[in-house]
Amino acid sequence: MKILYFSWLREKIGVPFEEVEVRSETVGDLIKELINQDHKYELAFEDIKSIRVAVDQKIIQDFNVSIKNAREVAFFPPMTGG
Amino acid sequence: MHQTIKKCYISVNVQKLDFDINSEIKKIKSNKIIGGIVNFTGIVRNSGGEKEELVSLELEHYPGMTEKAIMLICEDAQKRWNLNFIRVIHRVGRLFSGDNIVLVLTASAHRKEAFKSAEFIMDFLKSRAPIWKKEHYRTHSSWVQSKEEDELILNDW
Repeated sequence: MKILYFSWLREKIGVPFEEVEVRSETVGDLIKELINQDHKYELAFEDIKSIRVAVDQKIIQDFNVSIKNAREVAFFPPMTGG
Repeated sequence: MHQTIKKCYISVNVQKLDFDINSEIKKIKSNKIIGGIVNFTGIVRNSGGEKEELVSLELEHYPGMTEKAIMLICEDAQKRWNLNFIRVIHRVGRLFSGDNIVLVLTASAHRKEAFKSAEFIMDFLKSRAPIWKKEHYRTHSSWVQSKEEDELILNDW
């Protein structure tokens, strides 16, 4: 699965994206799985309220959303377009 | 990215290049059923509330998703108001003070629908388009924080 990071999340994790073998079945579990892997994820996901998620380029509100068949999951802070 | 829904032509671009407002308006005016065009152009301010002078503004985005997300906002606007044209151009990359950032053009037979829909689209671009701004100053850089009021204002629509 491709995991993408934007803005300060990308800076904290150090890469714009990575290909990862994922065991998790939901967005929430994926975050936990990453945090268990490396301290940098713990720091990046520290303030979970400021994390937004898109699964296959669709923004999701609920971290219980399934990622079983997802090709990509993106993590980013609140958007500041316009 | 473009499409026509119920006689409303929607065209969205995310690009590094600048845009020419007059030529965009000219294209829309060639259609004779238009009664009015609302034009909103967002430009880079010299300072985002900091004392120091802004050197540049960097816009990062999610390639592949950004145009789709903006198109969804336009489709929503098309459902709510009777529109003939929606044109959105959002710039990304490194911009400087006075540069154009975003163009929203809405055209309708009647002014109110054009005004309302342009405001609606801008409100949603602020917090629903996957774009992140970073301000660069001489001595430091900082990511623009999203404002709570920008999120709350969406509930009014």
